[in-house]
Amino acid sequence: MSMIKALSAIAALFLIAACSNNDTQTASAATTTVTPGSVGDFRQNVGDRVFFDTDSSTVREDGRQTLNRQAEWLKKYSNYQITIEGHCDERGTREYNLALGERRANAARQYLIAQGIPATRIKTVSYGKERPDPVGSDEAAWARNRRAVTALE
Amino acid sequence: MMLPRRTTLLGGAALATIGVAGTARAQLTIDMTRPSFEPVPIAIVDFKGDPVGAQMAGVIRNNLQNCGLFRVIPTSAYIQKDVDATSPPRFQDWRSVGAAGLVVGQVTSVGGSIKVDFRLWDVVTSQQATGLSFTSQPSNWRRLAHIISDAIYKRVTGEEGYFDTRVAYVSETGPGNNRTKRIAVMDQDGANNRYLTDGKTIALTPRFSPTLQEIVYMAYGENNGPPRVYLQNVDSGRRELLGNFPGMSFAPRFSPDGTKVVMSIAENGRTNIYEMDVRGRQLRRLTNSPAIDTSPCFSADGSQIVFNSDRGGAQQLYVMSAGGGGERRISFGDGRYATPVWSPRGDFIAFTKIGAGGFGIGVMRSDGSGERMLASGFLVEGPTWAPNGRVLMFFRGQPSSGGRAGSASLHQIDITGRFERQVPTPTDASDPAWSPLIPQ
Repeated sequence: MSMIKALSAIAALFLIAACSNNDTQTASAATTTVTPGSVGDFRQNVGDRVFFDTDSSTVREDGRQTLNRQAEWLKKYSNYQITIEGHCDERGTREYNLALGERRANAARQYLIAQGIPATRIKTVSYGKERPDPVGSDEAAWARNRRAVTALE
Repeated sequence: MMLPRRTTLLGGAALATIGVAGTARAQLTIDMTRPSFEPVPIAIVDFKGDPVGAQMAGVIRNNLQNCGLFRVIPTSAYIQKDVDATSPPRFQDWRSVGAAGLVVGQVTSVGGSIKVDFRLWDVVTSQQATGLSFTSQPSNWRRLAHIISDAIYKRVTGEEGYFDTRVAYVSETGPGNNRTKRIAVMDQDGANNRYLTDGKTIALTPRFSPTLQEIVYMAYGENNGPPRVYLQNVDSGRRELLGNFPGMSFAPRFSPDGTKVVMSIAENGRTNIYEMDVRGRQLRRLTNSPAIDTSPCFSADGSQIVFNSDRGGAQQLYVMSAGGGGERRISFGDGRYATPVWSPRGDFIAFTKIGAGGFGIGVMRSDGSGERMLASGFLVEGPTWAPNGRVLMFFRGQPSSGGRAGSASLHQIDITGRFERQVPTPTDASDPAWSPLIPQ
């Protein structure tokens, strides 16, 4: 049942993309050329990252939805191993942020395990505040940097 | 390693300074504990006998001027142009340019070595204040200049100097979203910079062993491998993994006797502090909390460890006994406290503080009392002590803008918050670790 839900969610995403991109041919074309089951498919149609509040490693509601989609996709494409990268904004000290990033990666990992992804498929690594994406020093950039990114291998 | 032979020069003359009247002598003396004082005006003449003598004098001038306690009189003002290193100068010429101290020296080639004699004259009393003689390899001229700077500093302040030291730090280059971070080591004044890691993976948080022969640091593995702690010989470059644990290991620090390394190991969302015996590689857990316990630092006597933990909610400073146990919180102010470092004198703990307004560097007594902030900014982080416990180095980061990483630079400041200055580095720099005095 959850598989059907996930597929319909993906289908819905395609519909939204198609609708919103009616007048932008190139973007529409890019969306439709992604191969199902590819890294591009995962990033574009599932979402490879979840975001956290300041100094928190609690997975938020928006993050749970993303991780639910990731879990369904990973069940379908079970050939992938994943590494979850934990990151922080720059408003903490280097070593503490390494630990906080690990905690965030671990929180995302535990959530995926709870959704049925085998623990053996999931590694974690923390980058603390060493790999910002985007590079920026305002609230918007910091919010995007407090993240756990699921990388496919 | 070089081993300069040190002998006291002209013991009789040095003895003659004993018993000089207090009022006159005060001018070549400084009490750093006073809230304010005038820098000591000092003249440093190019050392005679060898072209390297002028370079040595330049290193000494730079050291003394940068520490904030001296005012180096420009050489262009000197009246007596030619000062013999072994006979008294024309004191009146030096008084008239306002000097309280005069440094002279002589460099002599002896076989394949150089012999360096230096004297500090007390211009006010017309007496020799101190003097030393060294013999060493010619390539060590810069170190000899630092050792002489330390001797001058000690004679004038009564405190040990810190010029014959090195600084390890993280060199940062490249784009903001993919910075290359390498471990570098340089002399305290920025000279002799060299890189100890190749930059292929991120390397962070270097710390010296007490002998300076080794450093410990954290580096990521190849192909995004997890961060591990490495022990590396500074001269040979030979490096070895310090334990291979399932979780990330980081934040390594040597014990004062060099026999142990404490570090954090993160696993399953918990970060605890462990101690590893360097020789036997035995691992022992020191904290056991579901929280983040990291940035450990031994007290100077090795009996206690200060660290930061978020076990009470926000990051605060805690002290425990070196073998673990007896943990007690020592920071209670507003904000988050991080990166505690125990002074080599044992009296203070320096820290990074994160508040609503930004970051700060501060010191508190080791029981947590007497908190005092020294520097603040958008990002200031990672204090490290000079071996005399009077000066701190830390790093400043500027905000990123337009997708470009903000610059990062090393700074030093004295423990009363005076004389902040940027320490020159060839690239952006963060995470300084000040070495002990280089063993002679």
